Amino acid sequence: MYEFAYHKPSSVADAVKLLSADPEARPVAGGHTLLPALKHRLARPTALVDLSGIAELRGIRREGDKVVVGALARHAEVASSDVVKGAIPALARLAGTIGDVQVRNRGTIGGSVANNDPAADYPAAVLGLGATVVTDRRRIAADDFFTGMFTTALEPGEILVAIEFPVPEKAGYAKMKNPASRYVMTGAFVSRGPQGVRVAINGAGPCVFRQAEMEKALAANWSPDAVANIRQSPDGLNSDIHGSAEYRAHLVTVMAKRAVADAG
Amino acid sequence: MNVVTPFEGIGASVRRKEDLRFLSGRGQYTDDLNRQGQTWAHILRSPHPHARIRGIDTRAASAMPGVLAVFTGKDMAEAGVGGLPCGWLIHNKDGSPMAEPPHPVLAVDKVRHVGDPVAVVVAETRAQARDAAEAIAVDYEVLPAAATMAQALAPGAPQLHEGAPGNLCYDWHIGDKAVVDAAFARAHKVATLELVNNRLVPNAMEPRAAIGEYDRGTGDYTLWTTSQNPHVIRLLMGANVLHIPESRLRVIAPDVGGGFGSKIYHYAEEAIVTWASGRVERPVKWTADRVESFMSDAHGRDHVTKAELALDQDGKILALRVSTLANMGAYLSTFAPCIPTYLYATLLAGVYTTPAIYCEVKAVFTNTVPVDAYRGAGRPEATYLLERLMDVAAAETGIDRIELRRRNFIRPDQFPYQTPVALQYDSGNYHATLDQALQAADWAGFEARRAEAKRRGRLRGIGVSTYIEACGIAPSAVVGSLGARAGLYEVGTIRVHPTGSVTVLTGAHSHGQGHETTFAQLVADKLGVPVAQVEVVHGDTGKVPFGMGTYGSRSLAVGGSAMMKAMDKIIAKGKRIAAHLMEASVEDIEFERGEFRVAGTDKKKTLTEISVAAYVPHNYPIEELEPGLEETAFYDPKNFTFPAGCHVAEVEIDPETGRTQVVNFTAVDDVGRVINPMIVEGQVQGGVAQGIGQALLERCVYDENGQLLSGSMMDYTMPRADDLPPVGVATHTTLCTHNPLGVKGCGEVGAIGSPPAVINAVVDALKEYGVRHVEMPATPERIWQIINANRPRMAAE
Ligand SMILES: Cc1cc2nc3c(=O)[nH]c(=O)nc-3n(C[C@H](O)[C@H](O)[C@H](O)COP(=O)(O)OP(=O)(O)OC[C@H]3O[C@@H](n4cnc5c(N)ncnc54)[C@H](O)[C@@H]3O)c2cc1C
Repeated sequence: MYEFAYHKPSSVADAVKLLSADPEARPVAGGHTLLPALKHRLARPTALVDLSGIAELRGIRREGDKVVVGALARHAEVASSDVVKGAIPALARLAGTIGDVQVRNRGTIGGSVANNDPAADYPAAVLGLGATVVTDRRRIAADDFFTGMFTTALEPGEILVAIEFPVPEKAGYAKMKNPASRYVMTGAFVSRGPQGVRVAINGAGPCVFRQAEMEKALAANWSPDAVANIRQSPDGLNSDIHGSAEYRAHLVTVMAKRAVADAG
Repeated sequence: MNVVTPFEGIGASVRRKEDLRFLSGRGQYTDDLNRQGQTWAHILRSPHPHARIRGIDTRAASAMPGVLAVFTGKDMAEAGVGGLPCGWLIHNKDGSPMAEPPHPVLAVDKVRHVGDPVAVVVAETRAQARDAAEAIAVDYEVLPAAATMAQALAPGAPQLHEGAPGNLCYDWHIGDKAVVDAAFARAHKVATLELVNNRLVPNAMEPRAAIGEYDRGTGDYTLWTTSQNPHVIRLLMGANVLHIPESRLRVIAPDVGGGFGSKIYHYAEEAIVTWASGRVERPVKWTADRVESFMSDAHGRDHVTKAELALDQDGKILALRVSTLANMGAYLSTFAPCIPTYLYATLLAGVYTTPAIYCEVKAVFTNTVPVDAYRGAGRPEATYLLERLMDVAAAETGIDRIELRRRNFIRPDQFPYQTPVALQYDSGNYHATLDQALQAADWAGFEARRAEAKRRGRLRGIGVSTYIEACGIAPSAVVGSLGARAGLYEVGTIRVHPTGSVTVLTGAHSHGQGHETTFAQLVADKLGVPVAQVEVVHGDTGKVPFGMGTYGSRSLAVGGSAMMKAMDKIIAKGKRIAAHLMEASVEDIEFERGEFRVAGTDKKKTLTEISVAAYVPHNYPIEELEPGLEETAFYDPKNFTFPAGCHVAEVEIDPETGRTQVVNFTAVDDVGRVINPMIVEGQVQGGVAQGIGQALLERCVYDENGQLLSGSMMDYTMPRADDLPPVGVATHTTLCTHNPLGVKGCGEVGAIGSPPAVINAVVDALKEYGVRHVEMPATPERIWQIINANRPRMAAE
């Protein structure tokens, strides 16, 4: 780890001020992605702006036909939240399978979504439910938010404040884990609701993406069988020592099928 | 009052004495120690698999804050520091010695693997040392690399060492080729198999660490290190590398958090911190981080083998022919050359009466981390090959795989049994362990479980492995004749204190095995001293007379035997003191569980009374006997010991994802006499966990350029609790015939017997796809590829 300055603001406005004053400063939430990178000297921010003291970023609440999850909500909180379990049980289940107990007690939804790791869980739910990302300055639709590998629509210094999930009729999630890291090798989040039928695939490609053909098939016939014979092309998918693009493409179908079964 | 004390002797599951300190965070591992005035070393390592060092500019680094010194390989060589020695010499087929290229502590003109140490910074803090290391400018001329054995052996391959043409370390063989070839010529059936034994990274929980301390007042050096054998480190480092006499060098291996072989060897960092402490005249500490461990701890396995088994029409094995390529990595680690030879090929008879065996092994240098012994070392490779081959032979001959094994087993009445590959087995009962395991695993009921799994869409398979290993290493004269450059006896001292409590000094080293308990039980059993009053001291050359350390399941068989011999001496002396005190003749004194009695009378003296007399010799045969009650014994084993047994694995495969779960595992092992059943169970379970890891999960991967792809836990799949089934452990005992305890060893059996049981089960599960072999690790993708490739054939049928 290299030396850095440390700030702990108590409002979003102060945090934004600190970040805009120093382009090399970085926000830190649970630290479970950023701190390992610092320890390995892979990142060298001049300052860390610790968001954990900002009350506006906390909390999980139901607002009409939406569930609003504050950026600082930890995975364990989402997993055990009665609001989430009641309205979007698949989201609570997803949160409960991220990493291990320690990770779930530190990592936050805001950090995960802002980081947009292709192998992360939450991006599939955000895209698969057609959620809206709320920041300190605007609202961004999920379809416009995830722009590429580890990149999002967030501008430098922009803080993710909350995520608004529309409550679906049905939603389900299934994933195959990378055997070593236990991150997602290939996952599928499916839903049917106010945003129509959505199928979001994570882990397989450089960035979470929607599977249009499967969405169409499920819109016509909501059942595992509807997607069982839809083949994902391996072109452009990730390939590593744990899974080739061809294998991941195959898993897209298997996980989509299982996600629909999970949704019921 | 009659106090009933629980039985603590041989056979009791006494709770591990050491666990209180380990579980309450009070262990003292090397990294827990901090010395007055301590500095930190950071080692700059090569990012390249193969490169020439044109120059190293350390000026900027030397000027960084807190930096005390920066040393390169040239500095160390100029100061007369020697290279890391190899402890075993193998001879080629033609009798010439193996290639033994120099292994400098810090690279001098070339780097040969990613992680090869290039320079060291000594600074006030760890962060300063690391910062400064980043400021060292190394001018590398990157060379093409040989990442795999195939690349290294190809014509025109990049050459790693001047003294090893063709990157060949040795070309060795064992057995009579003509006899074997003749047997193949008259074979009824020949089963052939080509397989890879995957490279593993040991990953002990505690990363390696070392502290060197030079005492300006005395000129003496002390090294604290994460080692399995501190005396061996003192010998190798003192004599070969730093030229410090034993009398001025103390090596301490305090609590050590796992080794599995990876902490046997003398590593560069030990020499670096010791030598550097003399240069900066302050203690120098180094602790590896996990990423460093991946690229600097010796790796394990890494064989490519072709094997053929010749059988007659009754399924009796006529001969075995094996050709193996063994990866040495970039340099020879301490015991590397003996692993794929004398710890591998000599085990190829297995538990079978194979009359003729020929094995040739080519050891190859590649631009990868050195490879050496890892839990089981050589024996897992032999077992995997044989037990896979037995299943292939069963399929080829149409004989049931259990029946084929039974037909070829060495029978209990054939011991001692001389194999055609040098070993003589002393005892065993392979039919008994097989029967017991099949019973415990409900082999007979398997087809019903397979059918039930099929209804759930799962492919279920069952596999068996009947293995043997040689451990309790080793008879010094025998290993000496095979090229070992050390003796492999063990040393034990029994110190009975004046009030009758006991300190044991042992040359074996405990790094998780529970010696402090097991060894105390030996004393409790033999001398009648409660376990709580027995202290076991190990891991310090300043306290223990000598020792060869712990590996090869040798601690009890060799170290325990030394203790037994020392206790015999204590009893013999005690009898003479007792005879004097009770005015009887020595011949009439009997000793049992803490009491010396005059035979046929009720006269007796306790061990405590004798020890008081020995240390307060007022009434004592002082003319003929020295005071005190302390004895040391060196024990050199007469033979190896031969644990054997049967492992049964049951797996389920999800055909859609290819994911394999081991759902049941049964181990029935003959480890000789069992001292502490609970500890044996734990050792077997741990070994099985590592064996399942090798079979299904673990794989060290280099890309074709020599970059380490599986360089952290993010990509190297260590087994976790939820990867493992309940492991049923049972023993079936035949005693070792040549050591005083009748013990064989239990540290490695789990890792040796289990991989083929698991893969045999995987192959069995995939039976309907026409599969005859699956390489390790059987990862989900690998299984899916097999299923996917064979599906059309199934559909066509
Ligand atoms: C061992 C381990 C296993 C894991 N396994 C999984 C897994 O299986 N699945 C999975 O999805 N994840 C996994 N993770 C990642 C974990 O979920 C992280 O905690 C999460 O991805 C990041 O959240 P964080 O709060 O820790 O973010 P931080 O590490 O604090 O930050 C991550 C990044 O997001 C930025 N950031 C954080 N908060 C905000 C915000 N409010 N606005 C703008 N930018 C912000 C930071 O600047 C940084 O760039 C694992 C992590 C570990 C250590």
